[in-house]
Amino acid sequence: MQILWRLYAAFFRIGILTFGGGYAMLPMLTREVVEKYHWATENDIMDYYVIAQCTPGVIAVNTATFIGARVAGNAGGIIATLGVVSPSYLIICLIASFLQQFSHLEIVQHAFAGISIAVCAMVLNAVWKLIAKSAVDKLTVVVLAATALVTILFGVSPVLIVIAASCIGILAKRGGKEAP
Amino acid sequence: MDPTFLQLIFEFFKTGLFAVGGGMATVPFLKEIARNYSWFTEKELLDMIAVSESTPGPIGVNMATFSGFRAGGPVGALCSTLSLVAPSIIIILIVSRMMRQFQENQLVQHAFYCLRPASTGLIIGAMASIYHETLFHPGAASLIAWLNLPALVLFALFFAGVRGFPKLHPIVFIALGAVCGIILQL
Repeated sequence: MQILWRLYAAFFRIGILTFGGGYAMLPMLTREVVEKYHWATENDIMDYYVIAQCTPGVIAVNTATFIGARVAGNAGGIIATLGVVSPSYLIICLIASFLQQFSHLEIVQHAFAGISIAVCAMVLNAVWKLIAKSAVDKLTVVVLAATALVTILFGVSPVLIVIAASCIGILAKRGGKEAP
Repeated sequence: MDPTFLQLIFEFFKTGLFAVGGGMATVPFLKEIARNYSWFTEKELLDMIAVSESTPGPIGVNMATFSGFRAGGPVGALCSTLSLVAPSIIIILIVSRMMRQFQENQLVQHAFYCLRPASTGLIIGAMASIYHETLFHPGAASLIAWLNLPALVLFALFFAGVRGFPKLHPIVFIALGAVCGIILQL
């Protein structure tokens, strides 16, 4: 019981001190999980993190579930996950209700019009980095371009595209086409 | 039970199950939700990304909580947040029992070889119409009227800033965006 409480508290702290998720959470994760509680080694964490990227869902959540499960079984996995999402829940509910009160004000609307443009630039930068990481050869470039086009032109459901892309990946590699 | 809550649970379970590659990968699913339900508009997605980037917590979780709150208040937020993480919990609990087999599984690696570019393509596809609405005047009569020049110039400046100062926290750019929006009366 005590270990579950400790897991919840540790991942609550990780959630509240991580801005942005993904790589941003690694330093906090190392501090709490490796240095403070010795639940895992730094190498273990890197292994979990790699698997968290290769499974569906939010990477930070997957990593939390993984470590929790390793420390205290299924209950540990669930508790660690609840810990990492609790701060998000509390903070976002607070901000969302606050915004609802003030969103009709003209100054807030101007502010968000400016913010939208900044966010567009930030998203383009994120996409830029993702392209460099994911389009590594001819087939992946084609998959990327085709996915974007099909989504823009026909509004196909992302679920279908995710399923189709996994099948293409498996078939292409099985078909003997060597890719780096 | 309010049907909104069941819809939220269904939609965000789907998002958690199929969004591959972290927080931004949930954007295409949120856009589909914006189109199919009247909870928030496609353009409001940008506000949600802004708030999610500038508050603590994983972006994907923050955006799910925000969407749920818009749809059904605190209970809606609880439904969307828990359904988003439910597939992760189920999958990871299974994978953690057979970690070696999973790491060496060829099938998984092959699938991910094409899943990563597809996930990127999905984000581009989802953002295209949002960019169109934010940086242009959709439905304008002429090419010149179509360009939203102040927005495009600001966008170029911000993009140069984000590329030039990669160490700066996103919250800095978001705050600058708010200031520009107020000063320029965007």
